[in-house]
Amino acid sequence: MLLHLGRNTSLATLATALTLTAWAPAPAEEIWISNEKEDTLSVIDVATLEVIRTIETGERPRGITFSKDYSVLYICASDSDTVQVMDPETGRILHDLPSGEDPEQFVLHPDDRHLYIANEDDAITTVVDTETRKVVAQIDVGIEPEGMAVSPDGKIAITTSETTNMAHWIDTETQMLFANTLVDSRPRHAEFTAGGTELWVSSEIGGTITVFDVATQAEKAKIEFEVQGIHPDRVQPVGFEFTGDEKTAFVALGPSNHIAAVNAKTYEVEDYILVGRRVWHMDFNTDKSLLFTTNGVSGDVTVVDVASREPVKTIKVGRFPWGAALRP
Amino acid sequence: MSPYLTALIAIVEREALRFVQQRGRFIAALVRPLVWLLVFAAGFRAALGLSITPPYQTYIQYETYIVPGLCGMIMLFNGMQSSLGLVYDREVGSMRLLLTSPLPRWWLLTCKLLGSTAISICQVYAFLIIADLYGIRWPAPGYLTVLPALILTGLMLGALGLALSSFIKQLENFAGVMNFVIFPMFFLSSALYPLWKMAESSELLHDICAANPFTHAVELIRFALHAAPNPTATAATLLAAILFLGLAIWGYDPARGMVRRKG
Repeated sequence: MLLHLGRNTSLATLATALTLTAWAPAPAEEIWISNEKEDTLSVIDVATLEVIRTIETGERPRGITFSKDYSVLYICASDSDTVQVMDPETGRILHDLPSGEDPEQFVLHPDDRHLYIANEDDAITTVVDTETRKVVAQIDVGIEPEGMAVSPDGKIAITTSETTNMAHWIDTETQMLFANTLVDSRPRHAEFTAGGTELWVSSEIGGTITVFDVATQAEKAKIEFEVQGIHPDRVQPVGFEFTGDEKTAFVALGPSNHIAAVNAKTYEVEDYILVGRRVWHMDFNTDKSLLFTTNGVSGDVTVVDVASREPVKTIKVGRFPWGAALRP
Repeated sequence: MSPYLTALIAIVEREALRFVQQRGRFIAALVRPLVWLLVFAAGFRAALGLSITPPYQTYIQYETYIVPGLCGMIMLFNGMQSSLGLVYDREVGSMRLLLTSPLPRWWLLTCKLLGSTAISICQVYAFLIIADLYGIRWPAPGYLTVLPALILTGLMLGALGLALSSFIKQLENFAGVMNFVIFPMFFLSSALYPLWKMAESSELLHDICAANPFTHAVELIRFALHAAPNPTATAATLLAAILFLGLAIWGYDPARGMVRRKG
């Protein structure tokens, strides 16, 4: 009888556990969007594809990135001349970091401690220690620095300067420039790929992406774009991201209102996907099955199914969305 | 077999036979919307900005926008073409033969309607396959859910054709149908441009478009292709179908209608 009862009890417990597991809410994945002309962040729930929170920030938020453990969010509040540190749970600003003037984009070093910030108006890259909240170094770069990247091993940082049309290579040990390479007009964004052996730099006015071999800093390939029915002047590559397998890069093409899917091995453009007006940047969800693009002029975010390369939904956010960051 | 069923099979078979024998008609029925899709829409691809309106969840190309309208166009022309066929039947005498059947006239006319609707549905699916090959695709269930929408649209436009045919005295008057029915119905609808775009230029035009039963048929097809319901468009199309069919039955009634007067 006891045994019988025990079996029933454990079965009941198992059933309850299974039910609870089935009903337990999945960890909520969110995409955080900075709205540069509304001074807010819009938080999109990945499960429902709806805006669930809107949080106020400093003036003109653009680049946003989370710390490794997602406990804080760093926000480039360009017109407030500061990098804000936010508690994503409460949406409260914890403190500001000294960033230099007009911070536009930044990148967090793999050590999870140093932020490399492009100061657009000052032609410098500022390195800030997020723990001591002190400026560690300021490096002179070209005019109007914007794109920022750090190699996966953390040894190289890249700043691209919009007016000088260069990618500046910074040794993160010495915080000194060790190379400058020319790219096409108005470079906007940079990313390392292929295990850090390649550097991609997008040029907005030039309408290209230049691929560099990191070991030699030599140009390896140039990717050009052509969207049917759109004047070439409006095809302006800006932000881009790589899929999990690094086989495909999705490239935002600004006022052409399209993103391109580029084969990262052959450098061929395979597809163009229609999104909202003036697409700036993007980020994936955790398993990289969905891509979220920020469409500045239309004030929305388009969700693209990565496997089918089809846009599935466009979500209204704040005015002039710019940056995007995943919070798993 | 019930005489009703025999009549239905015979009339649908005759419509199908006539359609199969007129290969040119099948090709013409496809070429017309394809020209709109491949030439007109391609030219306007970047010119028209489309805001996101239901059933769309994101931005779409103009080509994608006009496909439901072109499906409606196929059915509109087919409905009118079958009305032309009826006038021809009347001129050569086979209509008299059909109408002297002991079966009720409303049943004979309904059979005629079902026959022409079945043919236009085949044409629409052929067009959707070509559009698919061109890269304009719909969610998979949409290809199934569009069928009832096509049946209702086909019946509505076919009934309109039937009603018109009872008013047309001679074949030559068909040009008038083109000018005064097909073109206004097509252009004053949401087939080529969304209604909000129409409202930007003229509120009056927008209201005329919104009242046009063809607009509702196109919206019904558009939503059905996305497997989404549209109760307003469904009700409006159904109401128009009943109205036009009633008008056709009245028109063909020997006691009251136009046929008697024409002798």
